Amino acid sequence: MSEQSEGSLQPSGGTRQLGADFPLIFEESRPGRRAWSLPDVKVDAPPLEELIPSNLRRATPPGLPQVSERDLVRHYTRMSQRNWAIDVGAYPLGSCTMKYNPKVAEEAAGLPGFSSIHPMADDELVQGALELLGLLQRALCEATGMAALTFQPAAGAQGELTGLLIMRAWHRSKGDVRKRVIIPDSAHGTNPASVTLAGYEAQEVRSDDRGLVDVDALKAVLDDDVAGLMLTNPNTLGLFERDIQEIAAAVHEVGGLLYYDGANFNSIVGIVRPGDMGFDIVHLNLHKTFATPHGGGGPGSGPLAVSQRLEPFLPAPVLEFDEGSERWGWQHDRPDSIGRIHSFHGNFGINVRAYAYLRSLGPEGLRRVAELAVLNANYLKTLIEGSFPTKYPGSCMHEFVASATALKKHGVRAMDVAKRLIDLGYHPPTVYFPLVVEEALMVEPTETESKETIDGFAAALNQIAEEAQADPALLHEAPTTTPVRRPDEARAARRLKVRWSGP
Amino acid sequence: MVQVPNDRRYTSEHEWAKEDDGRILVGITEFAQDQLGDIVFVGLPDPGAEVKAGEPVGEVESTKSVSDVYSPVSGRVVDKNTEVEQTPELVNSDPYGRGWLVRIEPADEGIEQLMTADAYSGLIGFEQEGH
Repeated sequence: MSEQSEGSLQPSGGTRQLGADFPLIFEESRPGRRAWSLPDVKVDAPPLEELIPSNLRRATPPGLPQVSERDLVRHYTRMSQRNWAIDVGAYPLGSCTMKYNPKVAEEAAGLPGFSSIHPMADDELVQGALELLGLLQRALCEATGMAALTFQPAAGAQGELTGLLIMRAWHRSKGDVRKRVIIPDSAHGTNPASVTLAGYEAQEVRSDDRGLVDVDALKAVLDDDVAGLMLTNPNTLGLFERDIQEIAAAVHEVGGLLYYDGANFNSIVGIVRPGDMGFDIVHLNLHKTFATPHGGGGPGSGPLAVSQRLEPFLPAPVLEFDEGSERWGWQHDRPDSIGRIHSFHGNFGINVRAYAYLRSLGPEGLRRVAELAVLNANYLKTLIEGSFPTKYPGSCMHEFVASATALKKHGVRAMDVAKRLIDLGYHPPTVYFPLVVEEALMVEPTETESKETIDGFAAALNQIAEEAQADPALLHEAPTTTPVRRPDEARAARRLKVRWSGP
Repeated sequence: MVQVPNDRRYTSEHEWAKEDDGRILVGITEFAQDQLGDIVFVGLPDPGAEVKAGEPVGEVESTKSVSDVYSPVSGRVVDKNTEVEQTPELVNSDPYGRGWLVRIEPADEGIEQLMTADAYSGLIGFEQEGH
């Protein structure tokens, strides 16, 4: 018997432990292997050349991996076991509202009457699905204080673009061409990006020493060239813009519109409505506030709601209930519409989840969501402010932005804190955003985490602050418990490689 | 302590401007690159572009954020640093030298109205303490 080290005892084809590295699906490919074989065509089909013009046909097959169903399932199951998800543990990623999503919403979305319908089905055959959209539309308009709504935007950023195109169409309908949209310096990066995409120029206003929009600075830049203001309330610092009525009046004074970024709606749902604050256009992130597993790139739902005067400009078609026939249907005759911004009517399954969530909680339950989200954030903020203070005084809303600057003297940065949290079993908060706070840790515990989880997360952060002093190397080396340690983000961005190009 | 060389002038947005044979060489300061972290992309205007003092003359993207670079002077871009577009890490390693961004033919005034090295050192000293 020959001597073998433990490492070489791995038999061929053996399954390694879960954390270990495993091949890319391309590396598992074997010529001719298939996960599914289509039956032979029993009818005479015209030759491919007649069906598809030669300039649209590939010369060679695409380099797709060739694997069996078993290989495919095992590969993606192993991938999924590396995922951090809200069903695995706490996920206090600021401004993302990574809340636990009750399974009742999944059950509703999986009902065949919702999950197996085709978007091309006649209205007559999907009255139940249309009614659900109609009822959800009504509920969301009620919650936002708006008059009408479109489900077309597939996520928040698309809602932003839709809202800005409506803003432009409204100004234009009055023969008014405006050039600028005002955005606070604490805004999400998508705001200025959407403004630019919509053909406007983004103009920044600074926050004051309260972390709120500096109203005097805002008034100084307002003139009749300003199309509107985009505002997140509470803002990304987790602070409620308490001057909102004065801000709204000032923007309306120069003929501008107010856009509400609904990213942080979770903290005010059922308590205060954007429409009552003076907003004209509101997007919601149903996947944040109204239950949908998110964080993997979607699918999302970013419905856009508007006040009565902007209703004619909504993307077409709009959903209507005909009192005479008692039927729901799509109204396409919309001469002032900005047109379609998504095929069909958005991501329908996400809307079903949102409706199930709304109905299972009811108005009182929704209000409780906001209250508990704010309570949890303030409790956590208090537990860690000795080690990670916030820049702005006072209580917060559903999230807060702590700073790791106190650890800089030990050579420890916010990124090191984030990496160490992974070793301690918590998903890190958002780091280095918003930009107005140095070494930012943006934390949002959400309403669904228990006191025990929040206590544990705070204990981990306070432990890290002590480790920074006692053993900073421990933090620089983290994470040590993951299959991949610290990828070189800078090199990954500079020498971006997104395509498998062979071994 | 970050370097603030005396041979050039500065803006409150952390750009530097240096006279170079009648033209103005522009880059970002060592303090700015330190705040941004690893720079992964630099976008610069092509020669011929007209720029105004205080308005964007390019952008730098780090692993943390994207920032506009504001022109210290008004004028016309006559040259851009193509090396830095290919190798953005030069902004981190040599912000005052090989990490320069654009060369501008100034429309009228030079750079005397900008901050001196002393004034800029005071500004970033304040910013460092202010947080």
